[in-house]
Amino acid sequence: MPEIGPKIGRRSLLAGIAALGAGACTKISESDAGQNLIETAESWHRTAHRTLASRQALAPEYSASERSPTFKGNGSVSVDDGFYQQQLASGFPDWKLEVRGLVERPLTLTMADIRALPQRVQTTRHDCVEGWSAIGEWTGPQLGALLDTAKIKKDANFILFRCADTLYGRVYYESIDMVDAYHPQTIIAHALNGEPIPEKNGAPLRMRIERQLGYKQAKYLTAIEAVASLEGIGDGNGGFWEDVAGYQWYAGM
Amino acid sequence: MSSAKPKHTFSTRLWHWINAWAIIVLFMSGLNISNAHKYLYWGDYGFDPADAWLAVIKFPGWATIPQHYNLAVARDWHVIAAWPFGVGLLFIWIAMLVNGHFVRDLVTGLRDWTPSAVIASLKAHSGDQVDHSYNPVQRILYGGVFGVLLPLMVLTGLSISPGFEPAAPWLVDLLGGRQSARSLHFIAAWAIFGFFVVHIILALANWRLIAEMFTGGRRDSEVAPAPEPEPLPPVEGAPEHA
Repeated sequence: MPEIGPKIGRRSLLAGIAALGAGACTKISESDAGQNLIETAESWHRTAHRTLASRQALAPEYSASERSPTFKGNGSVSVDDGFYQQQLASGFPDWKLEVRGLVERPLTLTMADIRALPQRVQTTRHDCVEGWSAIGEWTGPQLGALLDTAKIKKDANFILFRCADTLYGRVYYESIDMVDAYHPQTIIAHALNGEPIPEKNGAPLRMRIERQLGYKQAKYLTAIEAVASLEGIGDGNGGFWEDVAGYQWYAGM
Repeated sequence: MSSAKPKHTFSTRLWHWINAWAIIVLFMSGLNISNAHKYLYWGDYGFDPADAWLAVIKFPGWATIPQHYNLAVARDWHVIAAWPFGVGLLFIWIAMLVNGHFVRDLVTGLRDWTPSAVIASLKAHSGDQVDHSYNPVQRILYGGVFGVLLPLMVLTGLSISPGFEPAAPWLVDLLGGRQSARSLHFIAAWAIFGFFVVHIILALANWRLIAEMFTGGRRDSEVAPAPEPEPLPPVEGAPEHA
């Protein structure tokens, strides 16, 4: 058939275009315009999510029987630090959580203080950016109530979470905006499935921010800091994975 | 008779090429995302490969965006292309309902689903009926893509987004839980890929069809409505039917 020649030509042309497109993706995503596009698309998702559901709408909560049999630990699963290990072995008697930054009344809380605050218990699903999910029951005070107690200042726009763990030689940290900070399910968890949080899941304290992915749920919490801007903190992208690997700061999708 | 209408309206052509770009980007970045956790589960949770119903292969770099494993960049592309894909689907559905493409080409009746209708369509092969409407096999396939697969991609994609879920928790329940939604997202993606391959092979078999998706082509039969009593052209070299 005479068409075979041109047909192959067209096919290899199409394959070439496809390959060119795929290779060009790297160049595009690294350019300034590409970065702007990425950030715009990300913020559209955030806006869409918060418009379609109320900003305070709850993530689904499950019954005890729907929990996963175990709860996977990922990222940092251990803290290589003498003080931490000594505290872990003795039930964190001297662990302190600071609430600081743009607040009128900075706080320093012990584990006993945190357990004495009004508690929220929620059985929720943890979705990792990799794709897997686990379900567990978390207990702890709401972040919003704690920020009210500390009298957060009006110029605070973000809440920063400082952590004890180190990964790839960098200290882990994360941040969220005030909408998620005051979401009713945003809690500082000290218990998983009714027991103190195991080391691999973030003992003694980890954040639960239920409308976002797992890497936002900072573990091994040492301080909560109210800030006006994320600039100058780490590499300025708002979190460990955001700095190290370019993950999306808004992790609602 | 009125002047020749294009075979493909402008809205169809515009959507077709934007959507083609979006689907390629979504599929190839999706394969990269799949490499991050290569196991699929049913139900709400799942993280242990022992509970997986499918252990997916690791997709090679040439098949993914970017061309090496990078979950963050793959997600950037996925998050961008999701917009033209999702909004485009809404657009083309409205356009198809308004311009009659849906009623003319995609609606099936019971008769379209009979084996004889399917066999007749496959024999006719090129698919162009006298009035250029779709034959039963095309109606079923295109209807399945527009009505089931493409919407399923959007709905399962939304369902695996924890930020969206509070807007429609019933949707995640309907799909059988988040990990089920993720599995369905994967299955529907490959079903669309299957359609894509057949679609391209058939288009390459007739170069004119590809050109028409740019130019719009012409609806010949409306210029000269032919009576055409002849049912099927005889197959070249085949013996005459008795």
